[in-house]
Parts: sequence; C-alpha cells; structure tokens
Amino acid sequence: MDRLDRLEAQSVHILREAYREFKDLAMLWSIGKDSTVMLWLARKAFFGHVPFPLVHIDTAFKIPEMIAWRDRLAREWRLTLIYGRNVEALARKETFPDGRLDRIACCKALKTEPLRRTLSGEWPRWRLDLESGEWREDPDRRAFTGVIVGARADEEGSRSKERYFSPRTKDNDWDVGDQPPEFWNQYKTDFAPGTHVRIHPLLDWTELNLWEYVERESIPVIPLYFDRGDGRRYRSLGCWPCTQPVESTARSVAEVVVELRSGRLSRVAERAGRAQDKDGGGTLEDLRRDGYM
Amino acid sequence: MAIEATAREQMNVVIVGHVDHGKSTVVGRLLADTGALPDGRLQQVRDLCARTARPFEYAFLLDALKDEQAQGITIDAARCFFKSATRDYIIIDAPGHVEFLKNMVSGASRAEAALLVIDAKEGVRENSRRHGFLLSMLGIPQLVVLVNKMDLVGYAQDAFERIRDEYAAFLRGIGVRATAFVPVSAFHGDNLVERSPGMPWYDGVSVLQVIDGFTPAAPPAERPFRLPVQDVYKFTEDGDDRRIFAGTVVAGRASVGDEVVFHPSGKRSRISSIEGFNTPERSAVGVGEATGLTLSTQVYVRPGDVMCRADQPPPEVATRIRASIFWLGRRPLATGGRYKLKICTASTSAYVREVVRVMDASDLSSGVGRRHVDRHEVAEVVLETVRPIAFDRTAGGAETSRFVLVDGYDLAGGGIVTEALAGASLFEQRAGERRAAFTRGSVTPEERHERYRQRPRLVLVTGGDAARLQQVGARVERRLFDAGRYAYFLGLHSLEAGLDADVASGPLSRDEHVRRLGELAGLFADAGCILVAAVPGLDPAELRVIRALAAPSEVLAVGLSAGSDVASDVPVALSLPADADVEACADRIGALLAEHAVVLDFQI
Repeated sequence: MDRLDRLEAQSVHILREAYREFKDLAMLWSIGKDSTVMLWLARKAFFGHVPFPLVHIDTAFKIPEMIAWRDRLAREWRLTLIYGRNVEALARKETFPDGRLDRIACCKALKTEPLRRTLSGEWPRWRLDLESGEWREDPDRRAFTGVIVGARADEEGSRSKERYFSPRTKDNDWDVGDQPPEFWNQYKTDFAPGTHVRIHPLLDWTELNLWEYVERESIPVIPLYFDRGDGRRYRSLGCWPCTQPVESTARSVAEVVVELRSGRLSRVAERAGRAQDKDGGGTLEDLRRDGYM
Repeated sequence: MAIEATAREQMNVVIVGHVDHGKSTVVGRLLADTGALPDGRLQQVRDLCARTARPFEYAFLLDALKDEQAQGITIDAARCFFKSATRDYIIIDAPGHVEFLKNMVSGASRAEAALLVIDAKEGVRENSRRHGFLLSMLGIPQLVVLVNKMDLVGYAQDAFERIRDEYAAFLRGIGVRATAFVPVSAFHGDNLVERSPGMPWYDGVSVLQVIDGFTPAAPPAERPFRLPVQDVYKFTEDGDDRRIFAGTVVAGRASVGDEVVFHPSGKRSRISSIEGFNTPERSAVGVGEATGLTLSTQVYVRPGDVMCRADQPPPEVATRIRASIFWLGRRPLATGGRYKLKICTASTSAYVREVVRVMDASDLSSGVGRRHVDRHEVAEVVLETVRPIAFDRTAGGAETSRFVLVDGYDLAGGGIVTEALAGASLFEQRAGERRAAFTRGSVTPEERHERYRQRPRLVLVTGGDAARLQQVGARVERRLFDAGRYAYFLGLHSLEAGLDADVASGPLSRDEHVRRLGELAGLFADAGCILVAAVPGLDPAELRVIRALAAPSEVLAVGLSAGSDVASDVPVALSLPADADVEACADRIGALLAEHAVVLDFQI
C-alpha cells in the first residue's frame, strides 16, 4: 500500500466508526476540495452510498458557481443535502459586505452561529428535493450528535492539535487544553447528553495528498480551483468578498499536483487568500473554539 | 526545489521527554534547518520576541496556540511536517508535563519512531523514565535518545556518557534498546541536521541521519488473517442487495473462496466477493486495507467479531484476562469497578476483579495489595468481560491484544492482554453469594409450588421487532392470568422508567439493564412467579448473564423472527416464524410451558 492507500484506509475506518457509533450523524460539506474528497471517501466507505445528510452553511455570499455545482452534484450522486443560514442577519444586512460588521464578526454571524443552530436544530433547515430540485423546509429537527468535518492538520496551527474524534460542549466550545486521549484506532465515541463530537477523517492528509487523490480517483472538483485564462486560481474557497485567488497557471488537476510538488507554493500558507485569518492574531483559533470548522 | 515525480515515503516520529528538556526547540530547529518553514515565519517570531522583550526561542514556532504561549509549555501533540533527502516526516511534538500524559500517549501511538530528549544538565528525570516506559507499552519500535543542551555542560563527553549509561540501563530493565544516543544542542543546531565540530569526541551521526536510517513500520502480512468486523451493511437504496461485512484488515491476507470463521461467535462461511467503490475487481485483501466482503451463506455476525481464516490458527477467546494497563482517568481505576472495554471493533462491559500490582512508571518500583490504580500509573490487573473477547497474544499480535478502557464517557486507559484465565464467571459467583445473603421468611419454594401449581420461570421473548415482542409477551401474561396462574409481564421500558432510571442512557446502560433484569428475575423466581420479559435484540452473552442471575429459576428463551433479515444467533427453546400472529405465538409458548412442566395442568 502506498501513502494514499494508507490515508484512504484510515479515513474510511474513521468514517465507518462514526457511522456505527453515532445515530444522528451528519457531514459538513463546504463544496471545497477537502470536503468533496471527504464525501468521496464516504462513498468508498459505504460502497457508493452516503448514509447520512450533508450539511452546508450557506452564507449567501459564496461564489455563485459553488452553489450551482453543489446542487448539481447532490442530484447526480443522490445526496441528502441540507442547508442552514442566518436568515435574520441577512435580512437586517448585518454583514461585512453590507458594511455593518468587520470580517470576523461576519464569520461569526454567517458561519459559526448558523452552524451551531443548524446542527442543534434550533434554526430551520432546508432540504433539497432530488426530483424537483426545489428546497423545502425539513420537518426533521433532531440535533446531530456526530458531525464529520474535513479539517486537516497541516492547514494551520490550531488544527494541528485536533483529534480524529473531538468532543464539543453544549455551547459548541472546543477545550483545546483538555482533549481526550486517542490511540490504537480507538476514539472517543461516548458523549454526555447535549454535547456532540466532531469527527475529522482528513486530519493526516496534506494539500498535496488531496490533489494526488483527486487525480488518482478522478474526483470531480469545482473548476474555480483552476486557471481559466487569467493566470489565477483559487487555492481555498470561501465567501467572495473575503477570498482571493493565487497567481497560478495550473489548468487541471494534474497541473495542480505538479505545481504543489514543485514547492512553488510551499512557503505560502494555503489559507493566505482568506482575509478573515489575518484580522488580529490567532483569529482562526478563536473562531474554531467558538465552533467554526 | 526539484520537481518530485512521485509520492515520497512518509514517517511519523514522536518527540517526548521531561518538561523543559527542550523538545519544542529540537522540533523548531529541525523545521528551520530543513527549510520547512513558510516564508517570513521565523522572522515573524523573532520580531514578536523583540517586541515583547523575550529571548527568541525556536519553540515559539510551534506554540501556535495562545494557551501555550501564556504558559510556555506544549499542551498537545502538535504535528509538523519536514523533509529530508530520504523521506517526508510528520513530527509529533508531545508534551512533557505529567498532566498532559494523555496527549503524549495520543501523539506517540501514531508514531513509527520516537525521539526522547534528556537535558544534559538536569539528567534523567521522572518523565524521561515514564515516557520510555509508555513508548514500550505503546509498541513504538524505534527510539533515538537526544542528550540536549550540551552547550550548558561545556560539550563535555563525560556528562553525555553518564546520562547515556544511566538511561540505557533503565531501558534494558524494560526490555527496550535505543538505536542511538546523540549529544545535541538544539538551540545552536549541533548534531541535529549536521554533525557538529564542537563535539569531536562523538563518533556517531546526526539525529536526522539516525532517523533517515529508520525503516517504516512493516505491516504484519505474514501473520494469520484477522479482520475485526466494524459493521455489517445492507444499503437497500437503488436495489442494492449486497450484505457487506466491513472492516480494516489488521493482519494477514485472505482471498475469495477462503473459508472463514468468526470469533468469538464461531460462525463459519466462505468469502464470496471483495467489494469496493471505484476500484477494479479484486480477488484478495491484505493487511492495512479498509475493505468489505460478502459471504457465500447467510450468517448472523455482529460488529466486533473477528473474521479469521479457517485454515489458520484461531485467536484465543476468553471472558477473564490478565492485562498490563496504563491509567489516564481522572478517577482511579477501582477493584470491582465496571468499565467499557474496547478491543479492535468489539466493546463490552468489563469488571476489575483484581489489581495484582501497581508499578510506578517513573521508577518502576511496584506495590502489591492495592485496590485501585491512580492516574498515570501502570498496573497488572485481572479483568472480567461480560461478552467474550478474541485476541492474539503471540509475539507481534499487538493489533488484536491491545484494548482501551472507558470510564463513564471518557477514554481513560489502555492495556495489553497478557493471559487468558479460566474460572466461574463473575455473575455465577455473584448469584451464589446473593442467594446466601438473602434474609428469608418461613415460606418454602415447595409451599409456593403447591399453592400456585406452577414452577417459577423466566420466559424471555426476543427478536428484532420490539412492538411485536411487547404484544406477544403481554398476551402470554393475559392467558396465564386468565387461567388462574401467577404471572407478570415486564417490558424493557418498565425497567427504564423506574428501577433503571439511574442508568437510563449513556455507555453500558444496556449491559446494566440486562444485569438488573437478571437480578429481578431471581427475585420473581423466589416469589414463585412466572415472569414474562421482552428484550429486543438479545445476544448470547446477555442471555448467559440473565441465566446466571435468574438461577435457580430456569430461563426459557423464545425467538420471534422479524422476517426481514438473517435470524439471531441466540440459542432459544422455541423459535417462531415472522408470519405467526400474536395468538398463534401465545399458543406455542403455552405449549412450551406445559412441555417443560412449568404448569402441570395447563391448557391455554
């Protein structure tokens, strides 16, 4: 087995463990390369099926192409797709693009808060009807107790400390200083009522591993990741007002792999195009403690 | 940088040692000297130190979290990536503070090799020994010892050799051999990546050269095939009718057509196909693969069973084991305490029967006669599991003999099975003790028998369809009552609401419900009553527990097939088909009671 085989086997093992242990399980899908690979790994683990809902937190400021691509893939792969959003903040225009919040406060309002309340079922959830392509409010409001997230250890400092199975308190808090031990492929799968567990099947993957795997498996990824003529491509996807492409002429998966192997981008942080990471020190960690992915 | 044509080899290395002996400095320096840092990161940290009037330290590079910078110690096992000419490394920086031992264990268990750092000036300390001991228990095969801060002892050869000799002797005592001892000064970069001219008396190689010489963990392909069943899938969507036994192969190899045996259940079948998604058709699976198999016959196998090849040696199966454990729990591990034991994909309740001896991990002195194991201690214990477990104790069988213990909601300890033990089960022993302890009135069982014209029995109705079990159980009670018998129907929910309210949910709640049902059945039997209980999804181990505790009352188990899937594996006195209606079921159960002479003159 080569490295990709080993990474794949480990992720599949973790996904199956999560599916066995958590009755109310969901996977967060951001439409980006990481969570799309994770979705592919779920199809590997469950032999073509995805036996839990995918949850997308739609800030209403995602690059429009991402939303179209999300809905198309959901119908093609027959996914149970749910989205949640902060309807009130959007109605009141309390966002960064509307000029009423700074970037960090906007992340909290449009991502962290709706994530928490969508997972808990406090706020409405909309489910895609695969036949008609319409969104309907989901009557099922059960709280998810196991939430699969595509975080990777090499992305950024605070994520390097994550567990594969990482408990969250009732308020979605992450107690970095007191995490459960994790060894011998045994994970924290018992949790007190009201708490939930974040599950991280991609923790040991690097950005290069992901793209190599996308290439090997021919996984469809959104074309925003490629140079389409202007010498730029997105390396990390998010909301359009806060996400910048990098200079790159990689036009295909194979060219992205070559670019990453060349080391051209190895000294530039993967999330360098994500403006919210830069406002203030240790910001992403603050966001993550609060429940951010 | 040259373009790499293919994926490179990768190795996980953990770095451990006593607090302040300089682990993070070693890692920071390795990252800096191998060119693994993002542009400007080093300067950023230097600037920050200058602004805050602190001397620059390489360790700050790793202290990505503000918690750590505030306390100046590593809280968790941070992962960093660097490359040598030989391969890519993931270095896991494990904390040295004793409070953070669980993080050190988490980090170290992922490693194929370990760097253990000892301060040349402070010498071997408590956690130097404790970490060495845990590395050996965790099974980390390759170790290099760094005697750090050589600059603080004037790069003196005798200071290095004194520590080397003392620590090598300690390692010998626990059966571990270090690949090398290297004198280093991480702060100055001596002997980390390049050999240092400052220690001409040292004739070995640099730390990086030592780890470049390590070999990646070799998977145990030559051992008997072991596939712990993680789950059994039947996704019916889009007409998929495959019944797939999924799991990760932890040892050996198996092919389509091989006869397989599941342990502990003893079920047998033959591998019919190897399933996958977006993979070419396969005829064999080997160690490390997360796979899924279909079988040629319909067998009832639960997650947790270990699939083995029939032509290879089977694992051992036991309910009582001797084990070496390390304890990380907030509460001490106590004799008589009940924990959840997870081994491979199986989990079961386990009781601590005996703490044989407790070893102080820092000096390896041992204490006997203790009844508990405190946090951070290592001990030898005897455990009894409610469900039998399968394991291999043969050399190199660590993948199937390692287990963890869960206390409440928390993973609190780890251990290795060292011996399978025999003897009366805990429940058989308990039932005997309990009967001896009863304070009785003067009414004898014979008097009750004459009065009620029946023998007390537990009629246990089980199957997959809970609602149907309730209907049948209630109907049997009604028939018995109408016939003038002394009978009571107890659904599992009746216990949950009252007697079991304190264990209504949470880990192991099911095992405790079952235990209490057994105890309750014993009392009803003593009262001369026929107790009818419905227990959905009863398994053979649960039936054994109930049998032991309900004695002297006999248990008559009745299986109601749910029809849709493979039948259960519980040995039953009577099995009823899925299409039998409630009245027909009650008829058959009545006949069973007559047949077993429970009720002598009974027609229902």
